[in-house]
Amino acid sequence: MKNFQYGKPASLEQAAAFLGPGDPNVFVMGGGTDLLGEIKEGLVEPAVVIDLKAVPGLAYIKKDKDGVAIGALTTIADLAEDPGIQKDYRVLHEAAAVVASPQLRNVGTVGGNLCQRPRCWYYRDARIVCNKKGGVKCYAEKGRNKYHAVFAGGLCWAVYPSDLAPALIALDAKAVILSAKGERTVPLAEFYMPPIVNVRKENVLNGQEIVKEVRVPQAKANEKSAYLKFIERGSWDFAVVSAAVKAVLSGTTIENIRIVCGGVAPVPWRMTKAEEALKGRKATEAAARQAAKSALKDASPLAENGYKIELLETIIARAVGSLGK
Amino acid sequence: MDSVPKKRKSVSRRAFIQSVSGGAVGAGVVSRLLGKEPRPRPTGPGELEVFEKKRISFTVNGRKVILDAEPRETLLQVLRERLRLTGAKRVCNRGECGGCTVLLNGRTVYACHLLAVQADGADVLTVEGLASGDKLHPVQQAFIDKDGYQCGFCTPGFLLASVGLLAKNKQPTFDEIRAGLAGNICRCGNYQKIYAAVGAAAEVLRRG
Repeated sequence: MKNFQYGKPASLEQAAAFLGPGDPNVFVMGGGTDLLGEIKEGLVEPAVVIDLKAVPGLAYIKKDKDGVAIGALTTIADLAEDPGIQKDYRVLHEAAAVVASPQLRNVGTVGGNLCQRPRCWYYRDARIVCNKKGGVKCYAEKGRNKYHAVFAGGLCWAVYPSDLAPALIALDAKAVILSAKGERTVPLAEFYMPPIVNVRKENVLNGQEIVKEVRVPQAKANEKSAYLKFIERGSWDFAVVSAAVKAVLSGTTIENIRIVCGGVAPVPWRMTKAEEALKGRKATEAAARQAAKSALKDASPLAENGYKIELLETIIARAVGSLGK
Repeated sequence: MDSVPKKRKSVSRRAFIQSVSGGAVGAGVVSRLLGKEPRPRPTGPGELEVFEKKRISFTVNGRKVILDAEPRETLLQVLRERLRLTGAKRVCNRGECGGCTVLLNGRTVYACHLLAVQADGADVLTVEGLASGDKLHPVQQAFIDKDGYQCGFCTPGFLLASVGLLAKNKQPTFDEIRAGLAGNICRCGNYQKIYAAVGAAAEVLRRG
């Protein structure tokens, strides 16, 4: 590993000021579990790494009248173990609990999880210059694509790997973003960008910005949610497919529902057609399977990942079905 | 985040040719090819200071350590190569197998996948610090009693992962033990006996 310079900021504002000039060789890190992998693999060669976790006071889970505010430097383990999150936001608790391994959850942060880079094996191979790295081709499209996207591919078929992102989007969460110019708040549903907007990056951060906090609105009394993740190994892995669902129910009837899937598109993928179809229906596996089946007709699987369609159908059905129980 | 990888020969050639035709960008590539270090940024009052080497201090197994670390050094490198604590093993070196598991402030971490500078001020426990004198830690004793290892290479990592798990969960179920040790791999496949050892250790620890 080539050496780099290391900065331990006293405040997030100080870090943001350093990012002000917009130098692409300056990287911020939370726990560093993703960035360190990228450095070791030779995907990036930072001149400077800024350690945001060294900033005091940015790891918190605070309840207030609007909901809950989660500091971006909160570890995923702390999020998974928080009793308030477990009680009010089951989908977020369940998603956090299945992120990576215990060791990585103890180090990885909420902000870092939301800003991690994709796991596509062509992207992660430093010898391959694909569209995402300034090349002129997506090697997955006609290559080995078992783990790739079935929606919204094109320039890049890598899937977005975060577990927290689908859960937080299902909960209508917002990201508070800081830069030297001030703060802005972006709904997480608009935080991620498909490759057609910018294939080189996955989110709206402009290189001078830092995710400071995530805000989740107050859970309604009759709100229920769940996260299901299918992995290939028994121990831990990135999602092959996952489904975050949140519904407002009257009895077991769905008033409205959010279904956001992971592992299926370059961004967390909302299944709006299935959501529409489930309005006014009972939250049962059968109803959800039917809604998912028809919504999944829009998918465009590649040569080796057609199996994801069936998996998705089942995982959505089971997640929605669990809400009615 | 937009940076072009530079490791692949054919690619850097192409990147090189492309950027030379781009003038100013080409100069950057040339300096990088010549191995020129990034120039230090000017720092004013209140501005963030960055270091190529940083003095850090932390405790390892109760002993205070002060040393100068390069930011690129991992905690595992410092433990093994500079402090000669070779209990934590370098196996995958990419935060996946658990062979290097140590406790950082009581929590399990992959020492290979954490920068030493990130451990500044922390309390680190490695397998060398588990026993008290000649008396083995209950988890160590349980691994012996239940044959919780075969070749033994993953054992230091499993021991620390188990200690970390039992610190959080005094009475784990079988499934909780499995999930708690999910971040460690035993290539001998001795999982059943490892889980049994952790269950037995939990009982001993509960009895005090």
